[in-house]
Amino acid sequence: MVNLTINGKKISVPEGTTIMEAASKNGIQIPRLCYLPNIHEVGSCRICVVEVEGAKTLQASCIAKVAEGMVVTTNSPRVRKARKILYQLIISDHAKDCLGCARSQSCELQQLGKTLGVESQYFEGKPQKQHLDKSLAITKDSSKCILCRRCVTICNEIQGVGVINPQNRGFATVIEPAAELPLDSVNCSMCGQCTVVCPVNALKETDGIEQVWDALGNKSKRVVVLTAPAVRVAIAEEFGCEAGTVATGKLVSALRALGFDDVFDTNWAADLTIVEEGTEFLGRIKAALKGGKAVLPMITSCSPGWIKYIEHTFPAQLAHLSTCKSPHMMFGALAKSYYAEKINTAPEDIFVVSVMPCTAKKFEINRPEMQNGGLPNVDAVITTRELAAMINEAGIDFMNLEDSEFDAPLGFSTGAADIFGLTGGVMEAALRTVYELVTGRELPFPNLHVSPLIGLDMVKEASFKIENPLEEYKFLDGLEIRVAVTSGLKGAKQLLRQIEEGLSPYHFIEVMGCPGGCITGGGQPRSTDPDVRVKRMKGLLKEDEGKRIRKSHENPFIISLYEEFLGHPNGSKSHELLHTHYTPRGIYNEYLTKTVGV
Amino acid sequence: MGEKIVKYPDSLTEEERHKYEQIANIIDLYRDKEGNLIQILHLAQQVYGYMPIELQRFIAEQLDKSLSEVSGVVTFYSFFSTKPRGKHTLRVCLGTACYVRGGKKLVEHLQKVLNVELGGTTEDRRFTFEVARCIGACGLAPTIMIDDEVYKQVTIQKLDAILAKYAN
Repeated sequence: MVNLTINGKKISVPEGTTIMEAASKNGIQIPRLCYLPNIHEVGSCRICVVEVEGAKTLQASCIAKVAEGMVVTTNSPRVRKARKILYQLIISDHAKDCLGCARSQSCELQQLGKTLGVESQYFEGKPQKQHLDKSLAITKDSSKCILCRRCVTICNEIQGVGVINPQNRGFATVIEPAAELPLDSVNCSMCGQCTVVCPVNALKETDGIEQVWDALGNKSKRVVVLTAPAVRVAIAEEFGCEAGTVATGKLVSALRALGFDDVFDTNWAADLTIVEEGTEFLGRIKAALKGGKAVLPMITSCSPGWIKYIEHTFPAQLAHLSTCKSPHMMFGALAKSYYAEKINTAPEDIFVVSVMPCTAKKFEINRPEMQNGGLPNVDAVITTRELAAMINEAGIDFMNLEDSEFDAPLGFSTGAADIFGLTGGVMEAALRTVYELVTGRELPFPNLHVSPLIGLDMVKEASFKIENPLEEYKFLDGLEIRVAVTSGLKGAKQLLRQIEEGLSPYHFIEVMGCPGGCITGGGQPRSTDPDVRVKRMKGLLKEDEGKRIRKSHENPFIISLYEEFLGHPNGSKSHELLHTHYTPRGIYNEYLTKTVGV
Repeated sequence: MGEKIVKYPDSLTEEERHKYEQIANIIDLYRDKEGNLIQILHLAQQVYGYMPIELQRFIAEQLDKSLSEVSGVVTFYSFFSTKPRGKHTLRVCLGTACYVRGGKKLVEHLQKVLNVELGGTTEDRRFTFEVARCIGACGLAPTIMIDDEVYKQVTIQKLDAILAKYAN
């Protein structure tokens, strides 16, 4: 332990603690701006400076470590003055049109100004030129940017993609791709993690709200909404609740209050995805064991950020991807065929809105292959944050809504679908089904949780042996199935390099583009709670464990879908509606026939 | 680490190809050194004369770095140029001493006789014209530098003779 004094108070903390952490543990909150625990800890904004006795200069408390006998003052006149000057310098070239800014009152810069008691704009900087880069998923406004570099860290260090970096210097500095290339033209995965960490309104999702309001106002459209699993454990945070609060019932009621004609669940389609993907997996294993051609490991394809990443980064490995569309695209395809028939409505009169924890889904719905019969499978995507904004705009008192249930038939789901929103969840859901299809017995893990796959580590792996399979799967007897799970694109790169080198020991890999999975997707509420991932994860596990049916293939509405409409898994109708193909792009889009970018 | 396959851009002239090969050798030499990017860029510019985006991309690929990181460094330092440069670099010092002793007049005059804006390169590619912020020779003000050569107490009258030295 290290003994030190902060603001006259003697305290003792473990070695290696930063001054900021030490202060915070002892009830002293040091103002900060760029600091984000576990993500951005580089002291680039200097707002968190403190005075350390004996040190010539003020120290950034987010990176300065405690030392024995250290005497720290966090709010001396010198410190307070320095912070105000720093703040005034930061805002000197910021576009200060707060009244017309969507982040007003949820802007970290604005809140910091209030905390620091800054009342004047002492410096007049050269304002950043307004340069709006509006991609299909992410909108970047450099006039709002304060160069804190959180987005740079998350894109380069955490995701390992490195699409944006500071270009130029001084007042001309902008965070953007090389050569002023727009985001749509480079190898951006559209994961949107940059939009989650941006403290101001410089990075956000590209607006989908207007399109949805228009559809809701159009009497000739039947507007169908579906919500992803991760939305239900995060939306309540936008209304002041703790992270991980499960608000499924209120979410459904809010969607109904907004005027959607049908309130359905992406989970239903997640169950369907498992049946399709599990069948595909068994097909590949069977082909491989019987000496045929089969590409293994098979990799999940639910995460559109991951898909865009692999198309850019590993264009030669696309055959490893499952051909399954992501659940909401499957949903859309069926809403405009199976469901349209059921309600006797023309597919072109159905407007499908997905509420997603994801920004990359906004890109995904624009893929030319994501349509059937000339109609896009999904018409609009809004993020969890955008839905909360719509609820507020409509004057709906979210917290006082009664709980209600999703509509039938596309609203019923099993517990396996809930964990789709969580790293390891798709794999676990798939294994619950595959193991049982093959052996006729339940997956032999306590409470159906494949314990090595639960948790937030970057790469996780598990294996189990197939013993005494059913007659038709005798060829699998004794096979040890090896699976791996990763979330975040850095982990994906690691597993894909292994595949490239021919060293991958796995049969099946799950990849989610965002660290932690969809629970911390690019469209989720911006949280300052360092335990947000764990809390949302627990929320989803609770949803799963609370369900009566917890295996996708037992979903009665999926069974009837096959009986009434699809025939059998991986059948011709499935292939037409539920499966897709991928596009080799290359880092510089050099494999696209029409060259974009450099 | 496996053998790095060097992939050169298509459509290089023979001369450009030769330069790219030199740069590939430089990259190999510095590959495993910490903080090698600036050194490599520095030497690459010496070889190629300037840093077009295609060359930045080549270096990024060879180092397994992102293009935006490489371009971030190139655009940060005024030493690097993304446009073709002249055979010689002409810098007029505009540090305080040179400024008050007529540096600014030199700039205006040069803009006229060379027909080039600050930061630009003459049409015949002879000079790239820049200003320097104090070259540390204030006693000799006003000064100009052409490549590594410093000229002291320069006047408009003296300029023509100085420029003539670089005619070829």
